[in-house]
Amino acid sequence: MHLTRTAADPRDPAALPRLLLTLLAVLLLWPGLVLTEFRPATLADPRNLDVFARFLGGFWPPELSPGFLRLLGRATLETLAMATAGLALALLLAVPLSLLSSRALSVSALLTGRPARQASLLRYPARLLLILLRSIPEIVWALLFVRAVGLGPTAGVLAIAITYSGMLGKVYAEIYESVDQRPARALLQAGSSRLAAFCYGILPTAAQELTSYTLYRWECAVRASVIMGFVGAGGLGQMIDLSIRMFAGGEVVTILLTFLLLVLAADQLSSLLRRRLA
Amino acid sequence: MSIRLDGVGLTHANGYQALQQIDLTITRGERVAIIGPSGAGKTSLLRLLGTGLMPSAGQLRILDEQPASLGRGALRRLRARIGLIHQSPPLPPRQRVVTAVLAGRLGQWSLLRALVSLCYPLDAAGARAALEPLDLEDKLFARCDQLSGGQLQRVGIARVLYQQADLLLADEPVSAMDPVLAEHTLGLLSRVAGQRGLTLVASLHAVDLALRHFPRVIGLRDGQVLFDLPAAEVGQRHLAQLYSNDSLAEHAAPLPATEPLPAERMPRRCT
Amino acid sequence: MKRHIEALLWLTLIGAALVWSFSWLQLDLIGLLRHDSLRQMGDYAGSFFPPDTSPAWLRQIFKGALETLAISAIGTLLAALAGAGLSLLAAGRLGQLAKALSRLLLNALRSVPELVWAALMVLAAGLGPFAGTLALALHTAGVLGRLFAEALENAPAEPARALRQAGAGPLAAFCYGTLPGVLTQWLSYTLYRWENNIRMAAVLGFVGAGGLGQMLYFTLSLFQQSRAASVILAMLVLVLLVDALSAWLRNRLG
Repeated sequence: MHLTRTAADPRDPAALPRLLLTLLAVLLLWPGLVLTEFRPATLADPRNLDVFARFLGGFWPPELSPGFLRLLGRATLETLAMATAGLALALLLAVPLSLLSSRALSVSALLTGRPARQASLLRYPARLLLILLRSIPEIVWALLFVRAVGLGPTAGVLAIAITYSGMLGKVYAEIYESVDQRPARALLQAGSSRLAAFCYGILPTAAQELTSYTLYRWECAVRASVIMGFVGAGGLGQMIDLSIRMFAGGEVVTILLTFLLLVLAADQLSSLLRRRLA
Repeated sequence: MSIRLDGVGLTHANGYQALQQIDLTITRGERVAIIGPSGAGKTSLLRLLGTGLMPSAGQLRILDEQPASLGRGALRRLRARIGLIHQSPPLPPRQRVVTAVLAGRLGQWSLLRALVSLCYPLDAAGARAALEPLDLEDKLFARCDQLSGGQLQRVGIARVLYQQADLLLADEPVSAMDPVLAEHTLGLLSRVAGQRGLTLVASLHAVDLALRHFPRVIGLRDGQVLFDLPAAEVGQRHLAQLYSNDSLAEHAAPLPATEPLPAERMPRRCT
Repeated sequence: MKRHIEALLWLTLIGAALVWSFSWLQLDLIGLLRHDSLRQMGDYAGSFFPPDTSPAWLRQIFKGALETLAISAIGTLLAALAGAGLSLLAAGRLGQLAKALSRLLLNALRSVPELVWAALMVLAAGLGPFAGTLALALHTAGVLGRLFAEALENAPAEPARALRQAGAGPLAAFCYGTLPGVLTQWLSYTLYRWENNIRMAAVLGFVGAGGLGQMLYFTLSLFQQSRAASVILAMLVLVLLVDALSAWLRNRLG
């Protein structure tokens, strides 16, 4: 035993798995680089370089003419309004769907210990709908709505409404289920309607968390509605898109700075509201 | 000759005089314990020997070098010859034992070798040879967070052995351990140091452990050497003088409140 | 009582903001619900069905999905590498000046949205997936760099310090002392961002940066709704698959 112990070099048991993992990574990396047409040389291509250098050169000074700033102000307000209106519409859809999909208000679960089959039949489609709504990115919805209702903020508002109803609905349902269930159960047992049990049994304890999550989503909606413009749905995004296409570097810088300020301000406002309302 | 201090003094930036007029010679292969009340300067002395601090007065020679006069590269080479033993060895929990031991020789390895060894241990045999005298060779490829506190301590010692240090320094190596483990660890430490002819300097607050495991004991008080004697000659009189105004318990002196290593640091690491 | 009045005041303000939003946008929601516009939208929605499932188109979609996957994966990988480098600076390992500058850079990278980066990168690298990869990498490097730096700042300093004391060089001490402690956290952050990036990679094509998004944009512009429908379905499947995969991986990493 002593002989074998000192004779053989100890074999690292992790060596083979590590080698295989490395090989696998290289095997996956190669097609990845091919598929993404990974050619850093294109960055140094004189033509691209020239175009980009001229564009970057235009970054200074930022465009500050009154006419442009007026346009920028309107677009900023439009972005804010899109986010707010979109979230309000999302709530209209999210609240009923969350009530449908949450198990917190199941009368049958209360009586028999588990939800009845018919109720589940209603609950699962509601959950599936929520998943579908939130899994397609908002900008895809925006692109579709631009085709359906025309260019402009309406498409952006509808896109936010759709995606965010999916997100809000899911999280609302989870919040209902996470709070203390006893008050609602007591009310249901005493024969009150589901809606009344929700309003008096669940809402008071869940309100703070619901508000805070909604405000957080509003921040996200502000960011999202900036992006929407890239497919023609109005707001700041449309302005950035246009300025980039026109190679107006100075305008791009001003818009980007405005965007940063807007996002910062939205964060501040939402945390202020969270403190005041919670 | 391993260590030589001539009139060494150390004044901290805040003006506090931690050590004054220390004359000390420790030859190769000696095993020395430093004892004394808290605040006596034990930690300062060990940091001085580990080249973590430079003396503000006098001359300090370690392994035939003068740390204060060395350039960065030479200082690194000197440090690679000094092995520090920590009370709770600072090992990342997710690291494997083999890597933790091999890290001991980073001061001698090229960067390339260090990086390759991180992916595939280049000297697993060497690491195992370092673990063998500590009865840990079967844990070579285990992860540090799978080991007990005592085993981790032994991994720390194995790292210093693998480092092939000429001088071992241990600052309060056992102060947070239960008596059995402390006894065992110190026995191990002085045994491997004796077998390999390494110089070992340890600061201890438990007088009985110092007397039992170290042939030479230095008493430090108020930054000065009070006595420097073979263990057999240290008597009650010396100890009473060393710890006057300080409760000298029969066994371990109470853990000084100012020591920087509280007991709860131990489990925080590899859990 | 005073609290209630204050809350009421804020709620009134929110209500006013809502009214203002709708009136500012001049949303014609009632108009949208009128019979002819509803029929128009219904017709448009109907034209998406049935989705085009001809083998040739499905093959193209498969290729587009792979491209999207590649954009997100390579972009995230590049971002993780760049973020790791920047996080070392941002955690103050190389001096205060480098720390301040790298934090500024990380913030700038992070605050410009992916789609804006994509539009810029299309100028710098031409149309195609490479621009999308770069765009994702730039934005994600900002996000990951900050997260990585936080992990570094919270990692215990003793292991690396002990190695330095034993004569190790700074890089070796980092690799042996600090890296093992933060690596799993870094990996889990990276996976989390990858999940996010695959959604983005699917839509970056709207500005010409390759992948499924580009296919969707083209087919919609050419009024090939049934083809577009299958692209949207592919996006949905991709997103759900990656969510499941990433959740599983993160579970395993613990």
